[in-house]
Amino acid sequence: MRSKTERVLDHLFLLPALIFLGVFILYPLVANVGFSFSEFTLGSAEKSFVGLANYKQLVTDPIVRIALTNNVLYAVISVVMQVLVSHALAATVLVVLPNRLATAARSFFFVPVLISMTAVAILFTFVFDATDGLLNGLLEAVGLGNLAQPWLGDTTTAIYAVISVSQWQSVGYTMLLFIVSMQNIPTDLYEAAALDGAGLLRQYFSVTLPQTREMIFVVMVLTVSGAFTVFSEPYILTGGGPGNSSQVLATYMYRVGFFQNQMGYASAVATLIFVITLALSLGQARLFRTGRE
Amino acid sequence: MSQSHISGVRLLPGRLVLTVYALILALPLLWMVISSFKPSVEVYGRPWSLPTAWKFENYSQAWEMGVSQYFVNSLVVTSVTTALVLVVAALAAYSLVRMHNWVARLTLMAVMGSLVISPQVSIVPLYDLLGRVGIIDTYEAMVLPYVAYRLPMAILLIRAVFLEVPRELEEASRLDGCGSFRTFVNVYWPVSSGVLATAAILTIYYTWNEFLFALIFVNSDELRTIPAGLMAFRDALATDWGVLLAGLTIAAVPIVVVFLLGQRFLIAGITAGSVKG
Repeated sequence: MRSKTERVLDHLFLLPALIFLGVFILYPLVANVGFSFSEFTLGSAEKSFVGLANYKQLVTDPIVRIALTNNVLYAVISVVMQVLVSHALAATVLVVLPNRLATAARSFFFVPVLISMTAVAILFTFVFDATDGLLNGLLEAVGLGNLAQPWLGDTTTAIYAVISVSQWQSVGYTMLLFIVSMQNIPTDLYEAAALDGAGLLRQYFSVTLPQTREMIFVVMVLTVSGAFTVFSEPYILTGGGPGNSSQVLATYMYRVGFFQNQMGYASAVATLIFVITLALSLGQARLFRTGRE
Repeated sequence: MSQSHISGVRLLPGRLVLTVYALILALPLLWMVISSFKPSVEVYGRPWSLPTAWKFENYSQAWEMGVSQYFVNSLVVTSVTTALVLVVAALAAYSLVRMHNWVARLTLMAVMGSLVISPQVSIVPLYDLLGRVGIIDTYEAMVLPYVAYRLPMAILLIRAVFLEVPRELEEASRLDGCGSFRTFVNVYWPVSSGVLATAAILTIYYTWNEFLFALIFVNSDELRTIPAGLMAFRDALATDWGVLLAGLTIAAVPIVVVFLLGQRFLIAGITAGSVKG
């Protein structure tokens, strides 16, 4: 048996981690819900209880509706690009490139992931610039000048421009995850499929897809919850504008809390984000489990 | 899938698609690096040509205009955060492997639960808390929450490796008269260099690029890390694009280099934990 001092030591080693998790993750989560029933301003100790007022405001706030719609749009496009397209691209890398080149490609596609979103977003303000932007310049050069427009300054295109920057950065990330999990598929599965006369496309659907379904699930969960918590891209590229056309929940929460100084209402928006991400993660986990049975 | 018996012609469409994708990624980055050596008039004026005269001063100017300070801040915040994460996580993982009671089980549940909580949700209470403790606008205001939000990932990764340590090794160490701490140092620490490197790279990657906390918890320009600092830098420069792009390039290069050096560990980490910043 271990001595008593050793058992005490074991608990002591756990203590720093418990303090960090308790103080900076679990407490804020609980406090946030409490805050959402009150009204207070930045830096003031006074918090007045207002019951459900913040939530009543939440359900009727037209900007919350816009933000939520944008988050859903973000999620849908992200799933298409970072799960469907990225999975197909990953399979393509492994089929059409020799091994060495595949490894190099995997690293190269990952480079945008490494660059801070601030730098990426500032770079893309040059790409999307209304008058001299690279994209408009490119469109003119190939004779599509009539498509040129102020991508970030137009209420209909702003959110799509913002979403495309996220895809530019993140597809390489999920691709890497898919490539690594595809490299773990036993080759004899493909050989057997080939013997049965399955072509490349058939092999993709009957071997690659089912063999990587756990990774697909993980990437789905990451992508969807990422889409509902996104902040940097819209904040830096458009600040949620023009108007509120590219506002998402996280940028709206920031604006309500730190600019309009309604911290209670900001907490209610944060709680909404938490509930949505939690529900979506649990929902997807459930879907994945039933799919496996 | 093996491509050995597929003819070159059939590989062409796939290769074409990948080339287009590579160009979409490469062109903006290439443009950024080339334009960072240009005077501002040429940045938009001749977007796809090389600079008429390479303007290396853009880099020294960006460096002196605050990027050097942001760089130092990022280095301090990233290294302190990483060191703390490794030590705290390794000790916790060690305890979790050795303890078999409700404390261990509850902690493990809390760790796993914390993994799915996104920092965005906690912004208001964290700001409130840091304000009451009086550390808003300090390095600590960034470091402490960063450590907390990286711990679940690090603990789970390190614990997985510690679980593989044979019981006999630990028994032997105890019979040799080693206590908890000596056993940790002699038996567990040596096997963990790989996973510690993985956890370190993941923490560096997250901390170096973190934006939200850095933006909200720090107000003084002297304390800003690169991601938050670049915003102030952009606003200060207005139309001095060459210098701005030099600043962006300085911000991007170190982490790409660190990645190329530690690629193995990063890939091991993100595939094991599949954790996104």
